[in-house]
Amino acid sequence: MKVLVPVKRVIDYNVKVRVKADGSGVDLANVKMSMNPFDEIAVEEAIRLKEAGKADEVVAVSIGVKQSQETLRTALAMGADRAILVIAADDVHQDIEPLAVAKILAKVVEEEQPGIVLAGKQAIDNDMNATGQMLSALLGWSQGTFASELDIEGDTAKVTREVDGGLQTISVKMPTIVTVDLRLNEPRYASLPNIMKAKKKPLDEKTAADYGVDVTPRLEIVKTDEPAARAAGIIVGSVDELVEKLKEAGAV
Amino acid sequence: MAVLLLAEVNNGELAMDATAKAVNAAKALGDITILAAGGSAAAAGEAAAKIDGVSKVLVAEDASLGHRLAESTATLIVGLADGYEHIVAPATTDAKNVMPRVAALLDVMVISDASGVVDGSTFERPIYAGNAIQTVKSNDAKKVITLRTASFDAAGEGGAAPVETVSVPGSDGLSSWVEDKVAASDRPELTSAGVVVSGGRGVGSEEDFKLIEGLADKLGAAVGASRAAVDSGYAPNDWQVGQTGKVVAPDLYVAVGISGAIQHLAGMKDSKIIVAINKDEEAPIFQVADFGLVADLFQAVPELTEKLG
Repeated sequence: MKVLVPVKRVIDYNVKVRVKADGSGVDLANVKMSMNPFDEIAVEEAIRLKEAGKADEVVAVSIGVKQSQETLRTALAMGADRAILVIAADDVHQDIEPLAVAKILAKVVEEEQPGIVLAGKQAIDNDMNATGQMLSALLGWSQGTFASELDIEGDTAKVTREVDGGLQTISVKMPTIVTVDLRLNEPRYASLPNIMKAKKKPLDEKTAADYGVDVTPRLEIVKTDEPAARAAGIIVGSVDELVEKLKEAGAV
Repeated sequence: MAVLLLAEVNNGELAMDATAKAVNAAKALGDITILAAGGSAAAAGEAAAKIDGVSKVLVAEDASLGHRLAESTATLIVGLADGYEHIVAPATTDAKNVMPRVAALLDVMVISDASGVVDGSTFERPIYAGNAIQTVKSNDAKKVITLRTASFDAAGEGGAAPVETVSVPGSDGLSSWVEDKVAASDRPELTSAGVVVSGGRGVGSEEDFKLIEGLADKLGAAVGASRAAVDSGYAPNDWQVGQTGKVVAPDLYVAVGISGAIQHLAGMKDSKIIVAINKDEEAPIFQVADFGLVADLFQAVPELTEKLG
């Protein structure tokens, strides 16, 4: 079985986000970029499936700017076998919407015929939480979102999902799309020898046009603002004072 | 202009708070028809009919809709979509599972987690874990939206909308339910609680989380946790407040032993009053707290629990 793992290049999760003063967006020029943390978990799970003998090939795919090549090299260094880069934008500030990404991925799935697509549940930049579900819809496949456990048994997979109020376990028909949540696994770090080896692994370059997908955004970004700042309050000296303040404020 | 609103139904019961908040958020968009779908949904439909501002309720009951499986629920919604310009739902995990699927089947973009409604096609939504607010205008014929409940007040109850039953396409056999593991608790539900007491890494162990739970019970509060506390195994993941967990906006939020990482603040900074208890006076949580107490939580929390009420 082949595993397809879509990965996204996003601002590194440790970097403080700066909103541009003119409201045009978040400043991404000369900012450290990394693989979306949820996608790292998806890559890790794919590699573990291969190590467990349940998968024989892991293919990473990224859709975006040319620089996403670096993100794919990270996936290859972790253990993916080959990579596909689909260039869909020239400007690092242009985010490709989940619908367009899902349409391109659907074409890649047609070509590659994976048995499972493992994706991050959301990207930490646009926080849309949509690509996996959209891809599943376009393919008419089953979906197991927000997975914290995955167990593939023949032509079905058992997926335990993180839902409001607890956990839900469902059984989905293969082929399927699973979007992964934080507790599924702890992704490995790529070792230096593996980083060197990754440079020699195959990386195909395509464009959105090769797949005949129009990536024109459906959502026009009117503006991007800083969130309203919360005024800092006061430091109280003791528990008694805290109780008194809370009573004054009518909070208790 | 008409709105189809997917009610939050859990095991046949309407989640009133989440649904009523979505109704209030969507009322400016047009006449609201609620869809109550589930293995059993009639009682939920009757309850939803009482929400102010609802014009009509559709009840869809079928085994294939039990446990809100995404595939069958999305197929049902798409079949009903004609005549509605907006298809909306409260941004629960169920809706986040279903609505992007609905949007893709309709060939439109989804607008996830909207925190503000500007007009019929323009919405505000937090991005980058709430570090920026983006205003987007949809050019699609239909708008599929999940609404962040913490950003809206709940609509009142006093309506009496007509209830109709709709036919259900049935199962496509793509997925089936196996089991739920829901933590049984007498405490209020986290996202709708009036008071939330959360613990962070500073609490130090699962055992010591009892301190947080004791204070919560004294205040009739829900219990929350930071991602650091969840990752350390002190608290279950469904208690997690933050970008990767739940977004809450209670009247009172008490953060204990939580440093205030950006990802946590994204989940609670819209709370009306924030109290922070932390021994590190430099902790960023104090920058958003209305009342900060620099103290050892192991002394301060028992004392606070005793002195309240």
